[in-house]
Amino acid sequence: MKYNDDVGVRYGNNISRGSYVAKTLKYIVCILLAIISILPFWIMFMNATRGTYEIQQNAISLLPSTHLLSNMKVLHGKSFNPVRGFINSLIVSTGVTACTVYFSLLTAYALVVYDWRMRQPFFTFIMAVMLIPAQVSGIGFYQFMYKLNWTNSFLPLILPAIAAPAAVFFMRQYLLGALPLDIVDSARIDGAGEFHIFNRIVLPIAKPAMATQAIFSFVGSWNNLFTPLILLTKQDKYTMPIMVSLLRGDIYKTEYGSVYLGLSLTVLPLFIIYFVLSKYIIQGVALGSVKG
Amino acid sequence: MKRRKKSVSYAKYGYIFSIPFVVVFLIFSLYPTIYTAVIGFTDLKGLGRTDINFLEDPFLNFKAIFKNPSFIKSLSNTAIIWLMNFIPQIVIALLLTAWFTNRRNKLKGQGAFKFLFYMPNIMTAATIAILFNSLFAYPKGPVNDLLMMLGISEKPIEFLREGWTARNIVSFIQFWMWYGHTMIILMAGVAGIDPTIFESAEIDGASGAQTFFHITLPNLRTIMLYVLVTSMLGGLQMFDIPKLFLNGGPDNATLTTSVFIYNQAFSGSYMYNRAAAASMIMFIIAVVLSGLLFYFMRDEDEVKLKKEKKRARKEQARRAKEGGSVV
Repeated sequence: MKYNDDVGVRYGNNISRGSYVAKTLKYIVCILLAIISILPFWIMFMNATRGTYEIQQNAISLLPSTHLLSNMKVLHGKSFNPVRGFINSLIVSTGVTACTVYFSLLTAYALVVYDWRMRQPFFTFIMAVMLIPAQVSGIGFYQFMYKLNWTNSFLPLILPAIAAPAAVFFMRQYLLGALPLDIVDSARIDGAGEFHIFNRIVLPIAKPAMATQAIFSFVGSWNNLFTPLILLTKQDKYTMPIMVSLLRGDIYKTEYGSVYLGLSLTVLPLFIIYFVLSKYIIQGVALGSVKG
Repeated sequence: MKRRKKSVSYAKYGYIFSIPFVVVFLIFSLYPTIYTAVIGFTDLKGLGRTDINFLEDPFLNFKAIFKNPSFIKSLSNTAIIWLMNFIPQIVIALLLTAWFTNRRNKLKGQGAFKFLFYMPNIMTAATIAILFNSLFAYPKGPVNDLLMMLGISEKPIEFLREGWTARNIVSFIQFWMWYGHTMIILMAGVAGIDPTIFESAEIDGASGAQTFFHITLPNLRTIMLYVLVTSMLGGLQMFDIPKLFLNGGPDNATLTTSVFIYNQAFSGSYMYNRAAAASMIMFIIAVVLSGLLFYFMRDEDEVKLKKEKKRARKEQARRAKEGGSVV
């Protein structure tokens, strides 16, 4: 820092003026991008409180209006049921998160602590399937579930989360750095069983990694559209992303305010999560990639 | 000697603890993938059918798919939309990375900018698709109002009727949702570069641009390849936005491969077989892309592995020597 100041002094005002202009330009670009990030959501939240007539007069307002309740009534009178969607999504996402976090850590633990013959091949295999999209097996998955009579059930949405290759990969990297094998050894000397060691000693040590993975699997599951869309056909089973697709239907064609309200309700939980946990989320994105 | 014996006795737990993962993977991933491949060779179509009858010409579905102009268009659409989102995405992300990691000219409020740039990524894509559909409404909609307010256009524009405009908007949404994500990854990559290199560049009087092009960029090579391939894999799966924004329209201009597969299998005449054949083509593309990624990442890992092996061998030799001397 000190060095920079010296250079600025030595070379006179030219450089500092140039860098001042450059800096202003950078700020302008960043602020523009920030506005583009916020504006669509801002318009959405504001229009959720405005009446159809107001929106028709002027579709953009930076301030809220007073029609929130009437929009809610219109929304509720039709097929869109945000409470049902919220509960269904909550059930699925909570189940997915619990399965992903616990079993990924267990699998990662097996890869880190035990010296078994298939360890390396198994890890290579996990890396290989990590990037294959689930969508390519969608048709077979649907037919299989249809045969089992498991369509319109939450189980086929939750259970596959037990095998989450990317989460295993993340947990393994974490355990390699954070789990001293001496702890495991000394617990064994104290006579603790292997399951007991995992649940009582490893789990608490891995809490930070579990928290990161919990956020990402919860959000990922909350936002998932493809699998629920092919499996769930009954409206009382719809998760939020399918529920939201109802807003495109003709019954809401002229109810602008309620469409914006419905959209707002689906992302409101995510906004809350993001405002509270953004630090960990951004950290998690950075962490996942460097090691990936 | 004692240690090795001990680890052998615990090895079975490695298998036991992996059982849940392996079983669930076999049932819910591997089996459906094989099942999909099999369906690609059958005449399975129509809602509620599950029977398997192989076709006389096993590749009939594949031939039909390649002759289907919608499928060809969906492949080219996917490529076009991905390219039009990725090029600006990587450029802006690199630019922001360069600015935010510039050690001489620190920008303030980086935390807030990162927070805002990444925000769209976490929001439900289904919601964003419908939100943008409303934003671009005609004749009265927020975007039209904004353009007229700023004097950019004189009368409202019917954005969603024209193919290229619609495709551009889908690309823009993808860009908007992902550039913050890419930026964070690239910044993490810069943070991983040995800081002494930057320090010596600074002492040698390298300018910000020089440092970026000659130090930052070459060192980000691996991470950029990672971003490229994972973005391609993500682009291949693009479903939520094109499905709910305009359901592939207008005139199939935003029909991506995933939307094509979905529409074949779960609407119209429920052609599971054709959709399965298309899925397998997508699967092959995904395997090739992941293979590429493995190839790019291979060097480093192999080098690391070799080093580890070497070190282990040395350690062993040293131990043997020590043991020998004691005896």
